[in-house]
Amino acid sequence: MSATVEIAKVPPVVRAAKQVKQRRSVSKRTLRVVSVMSPLVILVTWELLSRVGVLDARFFPAPTLVFRALWDEARTGDLWTQSQHSLSRLMIGFVVGAVPGIVVGVVAGLSRVVNAAVRPIISGLYPVPKSAIFPLFLLFFGFGENTIWYFVATGVFFPVVINTYSGVANVAQIFYDVAENFGARRGRVFWSVALPGAMPSIITGVELGAGMGLIMLAIAEMLGGVGNGWGYMVWNSYQLFRIESMYAYLLVFALVGMLLALIVGLVGRRVTPWIARH
Amino acid sequence: MSIPTATAVDTKIRIRGLSKTFTVPGGHVVTALEDFDLDVPQGQFLTLVGPSGCGKTTFLRMLAGLETPSAGTIEVNRGTAGRPENSMVFQGDSIFPWMSVWQNAAYGLSVRGVAKAEIKETVGHYLDATGLTKFADTFPHQLSGGMRQRVSIARAFANDPEILLMDEPFSALDEQNKTLLQAELLRIWDETRKTVVFITHSVDEAVTLSDRIMVMSAQPGRAKAFIDVPFDRPRDVLQLRHQPEYGEIVYDIWSQLKEEVEKAKQQADERVISSKRGLFRR
Repeated sequence: MSATVEIAKVPPVVRAAKQVKQRRSVSKRTLRVVSVMSPLVILVTWELLSRVGVLDARFFPAPTLVFRALWDEARTGDLWTQSQHSLSRLMIGFVVGAVPGIVVGVVAGLSRVVNAAVRPIISGLYPVPKSAIFPLFLLFFGFGENTIWYFVATGVFFPVVINTYSGVANVAQIFYDVAENFGARRGRVFWSVALPGAMPSIITGVELGAGMGLIMLAIAEMLGGVGNGWGYMVWNSYQLFRIESMYAYLLVFALVGMLLALIVGLVGRRVTPWIARH
Repeated sequence: MSIPTATAVDTKIRIRGLSKTFTVPGGHVVTALEDFDLDVPQGQFLTLVGPSGCGKTTFLRMLAGLETPSAGTIEVNRGTAGRPENSMVFQGDSIFPWMSVWQNAAYGLSVRGVAKAEIKETVGHYLDATGLTKFADTFPHQLSGGMRQRVSIARAFANDPEILLMDEPFSALDEQNKTLLQAELLRIWDETRKTVVFITHSVDEAVTLSDRIMVMSAQPGRAKAFIDVPFDRPRDVLQLRHQPEYGEIVYDIWSQLKEEVEKAKQQADERVISSKRGLFRR
């Protein structure tokens, strides 16, 4: 037959069930073990390389020697004396910076006039590297505790004021409308809308401020001529070429920084229980 | 046109010559509402339907005191002293994320400094009525959209205002939740029969809930027609839709509304075109 129509054969598409290889789920415990192992691996490698002399032990003392140096500082009581100085400076500087930061941020967030007045000053000063203005602080306040408090406070102030301001300014208008419709007056609007609405942002500011405060503390103690504190110990150990003890105080900075972040995180979660967290 | 005035019942809200104009960015003056008259009798459930941009929300915000009229008067016949004049159920999410369901529902009462025991009783009652009792200590982010809007309704009712203002309270909900919440609203409202001014896009919702419906014209917003809804109360949301008059009323409203919706669309199109021209001029 000549009339047979040739139909192009297209193979049928078959989507059959088949064994799908599932993405292996990694247990939380495994992840935690990995997180603990990775720094340990680095420390052990460092230790070995330093011991066999691949790393110059004068510049990279083995971690065990660093821990030994830290232990010595603790045993002689030196660590505690230095920590008392540094912690009190950090605390005072933090409070002196964070409290005005929150107050100015809230007021600027609520009042357009205050915002117009404060904004250019803050955006003008903020980009100046904080370390660069330390000589100015020495000039104003001389060598002494005051200088360090104000310097730390300056570092804390900026992230706190900026985040507080944007937190307050970004509270949705509808919440202010609700407060007004339900008859809330100024004080009530502040406590029931502006402050809680801005709280997550304020906490972010405090978190960043605490980190900045620690940086400022180190700079001020190195250059401020106070002769004690963690920053001074890092610098002094470097100059005396007591490299193990320098590393030991760097370790202290790391631990304090982690502890600060932990505390701020805990307090933050406490004061904003309404935020969804996993 | 003549305004049907309530003679037998007390007039709760009397509005005369109300206008509102805005200056939009670019310097144009937009008239949202012009020479608007309305009487709302005590205890009436009045619903405003109208095309987008006809000034419904602006009108409600003026009633709520959140916006000042450009001209005209709003007169409210106040009842017992000590009760707030109005409370609003807002469109979209308006409950405070940082307060528990209980604190949200109690907001108006605690702002007014009502005694603790009374707050407890009133809030307890309305949380019960909205099925929220077991979520009293929950924060809003854990609730569904329907639940959050229930909190908003409980908050407004618990404040015990003389007038209840509702701005498309169910517009963000799906059809099934909407029907549930309409039934709940009717049940709670039946306890007190407060004067209600309700805004919606949904003609079905308007017919289901209201005693009287006002169809608004496209911008500038004016009263185009009033339609009475004769169904008895208490109403059953489902049974209602089964009745032959239901379809007739819906049809009636739609035929009034159709022209206005088309006009509103034309206005919107023209706005887009003129803003494009503005671009080229620059």
